[in-house]
Amino acid sequence: MCPTIVNNVETLCDVKHIVALGGAEYAKLGTPNNTGTRIVSLSGHVKRPGYYEIETGKVTIGQLINDPAFGGGLREPEPGRPPRKLKAVIPGGSSAKVFKAGEKFKLKRKGPDGQMVEQEMDMLDLPYDFDSLIAAGSMSGSSAIIVMDDSVDIVEALANIAEFYAHESCGQCTPCREGSLWMSKALHRLTHGEGRASDADYLVKIADNIPGGRTICAFGEACSWPVQSFVAKFKDEFIAKGKADEERRAQGKIDPDTTPSQQHESATAH
Amino acid sequence: MSNTATTETKPAAPAIEKIKVKVDGRELEVPKLMPDWQGKLVPTTMIQACELAKTDVPHYCYHPKLPVAGNCRMCLVEFGTPALGPDRKPVINPDGTPKIAKSPRPAIACATPISPGMEIYTQTPGVKQMREGVLEFLLINHPLDCPICDQAGECKLQEYSVDYGQSASRFVEPKVHKPKAVDLGPRIVLDDERCILCTRCIRFTKDIAGDDALGIVNRGSYNTLTAYPGKVFDNNYTLNTVDICPVGALTSKDFRFQMRVWFLKETKSICTSCATGCNIIVGSREEKVYRYTPRENDAVNACWMCDHGRLNYKWIGRADRLAEVRRQTSEGRSEKTTWTVALNEIAEKLKKAPHGSVAIVASARQTNEEFWLLKKLADKFGALTDSIGYFGEGDKLLLNVDRTPNRTGARLIGICQANVGIKMMVIADSIKVGKVKTLIVFGEDVTKSSLDAELLGKLDTLIVSDILPNETTKRAHYLLPGCAHVEKRGTFTNIKGRVQKFMKAVEAPGDARPEWEFLHDLVYNVTGQDGFLTIEGLFNEMAKDVPAFNGLTWAGLGDTGVTVPT
Repeated sequence: MCPTIVNNVETLCDVKHIVALGGAEYAKLGTPNNTGTRIVSLSGHVKRPGYYEIETGKVTIGQLINDPAFGGGLREPEPGRPPRKLKAVIPGGSSAKVFKAGEKFKLKRKGPDGQMVEQEMDMLDLPYDFDSLIAAGSMSGSSAIIVMDDSVDIVEALANIAEFYAHESCGQCTPCREGSLWMSKALHRLTHGEGRASDADYLVKIADNIPGGRTICAFGEACSWPVQSFVAKFKDEFIAKGKADEERRAQGKIDPDTTPSQQHESATAH
Repeated sequence: MSNTATTETKPAAPAIEKIKVKVDGRELEVPKLMPDWQGKLVPTTMIQACELAKTDVPHYCYHPKLPVAGNCRMCLVEFGTPALGPDRKPVINPDGTPKIAKSPRPAIACATPISPGMEIYTQTPGVKQMREGVLEFLLINHPLDCPICDQAGECKLQEYSVDYGQSASRFVEPKVHKPKAVDLGPRIVLDDERCILCTRCIRFTKDIAGDDALGIVNRGSYNTLTAYPGKVFDNNYTLNTVDICPVGALTSKDFRFQMRVWFLKETKSICTSCATGCNIIVGSREEKVYRYTPRENDAVNACWMCDHGRLNYKWIGRADRLAEVRRQTSEGRSEKTTWTVALNEIAEKLKKAPHGSVAIVASARQTNEEFWLLKKLADKFGALTDSIGYFGEGDKLLLNVDRTPNRTGARLIGICQANVGIKMMVIADSIKVGKVKTLIVFGEDVTKSSLDAELLGKLDTLIVSDILPNETTKRAHYLLPGCAHVEKRGTFTNIKGRVQKFMKAVEAPGDARPEWEFLHDLVYNVTGQDGFLTIEGLFNEMAKDVPAFNGLTWAGLGDTGVTVPT
């Protein structure tokens, strides 16, 4: 068998700079401990989705979304509709823990005098670097930012992510193999009229048994962090959706004797 | 070895250095290196240290005789190591003990090496919760069909459910459905829904049997164990995968649906299908043998046995087993008789036999004790003795070219030569010229070798002991029904000189008796020698008498035997 090297585009871009500038010069880019550049893949509900190269930590999440040089702000609403509002941002690839619009973080930062000071900061004001995002409970990860406005059904969004991870799990070790599909099936049910108000807690309990070194690779974290963070930060929406389904079923709009499993067997079995 | 000052840091060169670890708060010293699945010395793992501490760490995919896979995650434990200060020296608590830095992440005990001062925690709430989590994940797509599953009663899912399971399932989704009753090969049926994807079977057949026949297809929860497309799972070791399958996914076509395992009586025994002498457990119920399974003996067969030997037990319960003592009347008619009559008559005839007029053909499937008693008879009459060899193709793992279990014993006791069967022609010639008038045959159809029916007709007395009818038993003047190995006790000496004992699992049919018992009677009747009415006494007498066995005792053989120079 031949050895094969697979390089990320971002890596090759970094190599180009390092070759051109030399390592020491390259390391002067960015901010202390977060040096060099990052290629940000900005997607979702912004006017100008695309790839933007930034000096690490020199640009905030808000700037990436709103600055005309980057995302250029949220996309326009349909004619006659009020302007869109930001709902959520996934800052570092779909496995990164989600930020809710308006979320505030207390971060320790180096003040002008060199002393560490605690500073309250809006999610949009977080510098886009490694340390700040980890301090805010998420990660810079693959630097793929997904911007969601208020047209998004957050449960649908998580169902989509969970389905992706269930499909991508290699299946080698137990928690990720079984947990990823279990969460995906529960979210499929919740987004197809078969939800329960208790599904919010149900999902978190499944997700809590996957990460934290229980799995062979980091895919266990990748599939469980979105579920943990989406449900924690948008719990009301998960409960409301489940409750609505329960009420609809109670009114007899769906045969109450039909269990979810029978109804969606064909839809979930791949 | 404790912390005596002199040997603390530099132990003697050949000894393996020991290091101190704590398991659940109890300190113990464990070797720094321990054998891996191939017996190679490698750094000791947490699971090995826990085993030495007599602490059970639940696991599915780990098997001491297979390469580590680390995929089931059931053996996750928490641990800590001595904290190091900025000066790289251990941080000491106020009470003088080293400060332990607890790892923020758990580790799989099967694959994580220990280090000096490590503390392993197997009973914390965190560990319990991880085990519960893994078990729940393994059960959500499991069919929970224990009432119709052959593994029930020896199933790791069942066992750990008792410790870590929940009384009710919270899983409300549809289960993943996978192939059922998959015909993997001539001896194995697979239920993919029961499979927990531990890959023990894959590793066994690839790395132990050398037949890379099994693998997993599809991704995630749809992972499915299968034989590679177009490949049949058919090597001589396939049934070992049924043993090591921790659940009921792989079942033996021979054993499935035959008997609930908790009804089986387990008897320690030895496989008789070749000279390797694999240690086995005989599973029997109500005088019927249902299965053989391998019994661990690192000096012989590790945890394995071949399919050929495993399935070679059906003859034990055959309907045509010899179950009556018979004698031929002076008119040449065969009639039923009693042991007392037959043995007395045989003794009378033998006592009158002139020196050199008796020959003995023993079977290399007989026990050491039986050979020794036959040898006593042979010595009394100056009898020619020999046995018959059976050879086939061997393999690199367990199956020996010699298909008899005790040719080595026959040689060491003096029944046959290294070249087994070499004296058969001499015996034939001696019968032909009328020198040998009495032939004693044990467990062989001599008409298939050099002693044809016509030669047997020239004998005055043909004494035959066997367990199944054949052309020789038909012609016997005295027919003495014997026992299969599972119907008696005794010892075999394998090809490498390992003397191993086996126990009685089932009763012999009808009047059949263990050969050593009636041979003892016969020796007493003929020679007046006595004193070994039990198999223990008999073995110990033999061990004193036979140079190769000097120093052995029945009790000293233990469960796994003793190797003697051959």
